[in-house]
Amino acid sequence: MSDSVQDRVIRIIAEQALIDPAEVTPDATLESLGIDSLGLVESIFVIEEAFDIQVPFNANEPEKSDFDISSVAAIARAVAALVAQQKG
Amino acid sequence: MRRVVITGAGTINALGHNVPATLAAMREGRCGIGELDIRDVDRLSIRIGGQVKGYEPEAQFNRQQIVLYDRFTQFTLLAAKEAVAQSGLTFSGELALTSGVVLGTAGGGVNTWDENYRAVYEEGKNRVHPFVVPKLMNNAAASHVSMEYGLNGPTFTVATACASSNHAMGQAFWMVRSGLAPVMITGGSESMLCFGGVKAWEGLRVMSKDACRPFSANRNGMVQGEGAGVFVFEDYDHARARGADILAEVAGFCMTSDASDIVMPSAQGAERAMTGALRDARLNREDIGYINAHGTGTAANDKTECAAVAHAFGPHADRLMISSTKSMHGHLIGGTGAVELLACMMALREGVIAPTIGYEEPDPECALDVVPNVAREARVTACLSNAFAFGGLNAVIALKAV
Repeated sequence: MSDSVQDRVIRIIAEQALIDPAEVTPDATLESLGIDSLGLVESIFVIEEAFDIQVPFNANEPEKSDFDISSVAAIARAVAALVAQQKG
Repeated sequence: MRRVVITGAGTINALGHNVPATLAAMREGRCGIGELDIRDVDRLSIRIGGQVKGYEPEAQFNRQQIVLYDRFTQFTLLAAKEAVAQSGLTFSGELALTSGVVLGTAGGGVNTWDENYRAVYEEGKNRVHPFVVPKLMNNAAASHVSMEYGLNGPTFTVATACASSNHAMGQAFWMVRSGLAPVMITGGSESMLCFGGVKAWEGLRVMSKDACRPFSANRNGMVQGEGAGVFVFEDYDHARARGADILAEVAGFCMTSDASDIVMPSAQGAERAMTGALRDARLNREDIGYINAHGTGTAANDKTECAAVAHAFGPHADRLMISSTKSMHGHLIGGTGAVELLACMMALREGVIAPTIGYEEPDPECALDVVPNVAREARVTACLSNAFAFGGLNAVIALKAV
C-alpha cells in the first residue's frame, strides 16, 4: 500500500467536506472543514468500510470514546491504532 | 366546535400487556428495558431494548390471523380491544358509518420485511408467502382495527417517524372536534426490534448500550422499545349522552416543522409546537402542571427540549414537572406518543407523576424538575405530551382533566 493512513483519511474527509484533499491539513478540525455531526457519523462509517475496522464511537458522548476526533491528524492516529489492534 | 374526550385506553408494551399493568410499572418506576431476545443478536453491537416479553401470539390470535398480522398489527389489535372494551361502545348504524381509525407507525411491518428479505437474500429462496404485502403495509393495523369493529369512516395511517402517534392522535382530535366523526380510534404502534430494525438504528451511533437516562448528565443515547397504545376519542356530548366514563379531555394540538435539519432537533420548532398547543387548548402556560417529554436520552434532544420548555414557559418552567417515561419502556418510535399519553392520563386522573428513571447526574443544560427516579403525587389539571421527530416534525397534544 503506497498511501499512508493519514492520506487515506484525508481523502475520506475531503470527500465529506466537498473540498480538495490538498485543502485538508493535518491540524484541521472537522468543524473548521464544515463537517457537522451527521457528516462525522458518515465519515466514521466510510473509515470503517475503507479500513475494515470497528470504530468505537457514540455520538452522544464523543469525548468518552477512545476514538480521538479533535483533528485530522488525531483521527489518522486513532485509525492507525485501530488497524494495528484489529488487523495486526 | 365540539369538545373531544377520551373514553377508552389500551396498550401493550415492555412495562405491561394492558393499561393497569403499565401504569403500575410507571408508578413503581420499574424498568422494562433488558437484553434483546431476537435472532442474530450476537451480530448487533446494541443488545438492549424495551421488548414485549411473555407474549404468545398463538394465545391471542388464530392461525389465519397470525399469517395476516405482523407483530405491529397484533399489538395494535390487542390495545384497541382493551380501549374499545373500556369505552363500552358498540358500533352500528350511523355511528359505524361515520367513525374511523387514525394510527401512527414509523415502520409498519418491519418484522415482516426483515423475515422475508432474509428468506430471499440470505436463504436464497425464490418464493415468499402470498400475504407479505398486506402484512407489512403501514396501514395494515388501521385497516384491521376498522374491520374488527366495522368502522366505515375516515381511516388511515400517519408516518412521521417518532411523532407518528401524536400526529395521528392530532388528526383524530381534529376530526371529532370538527364534527366529522363522533368517535375515532387512534394512537399508534411499532415493532422494529428485529435484526434489521436494530441494525439500522445502530448506524446512527445514537443508541445506548446500557440504559436510557433522559436528562441525566451521563446519558448516552436512546433505547428502542416496541408496543402499541390505542385510545377512543369521542365527542363530549356523545360520551355524556350515553353516560360514558370520561378519562380526560383532549384540549388542544399543534404541529410544526423545523424546516432545518433531517436529524438535529430545533428548540424553536419544539417551542412553537408547545405554545401552539396551549393556544389551541385555550390554556395559559401556568395551567400546565406536567409535561411528558419527548426525552429520548440523546445528548441533542434532551438539552434542546429543555431549552424549548424553558423558553416556552418562562418562570413557570421551574414550577412544572417534566419526565420521560422512555427511561422505562424505551422509545417506541412511531408508537411512542400513544404509550406516553398514558402517563399524562395517570397524572390527571390519579395525581401520580411518572418518574424519569435512570437519572444519575444533574445536567445544567437540563435544569428542570424531571421527577428523577421516583414517582410523585401531585394535583395536575392540564398537561402536554411532546413528540419531536427526525425530519424536524413536532407534534404536541394538550390534555385536561374533566
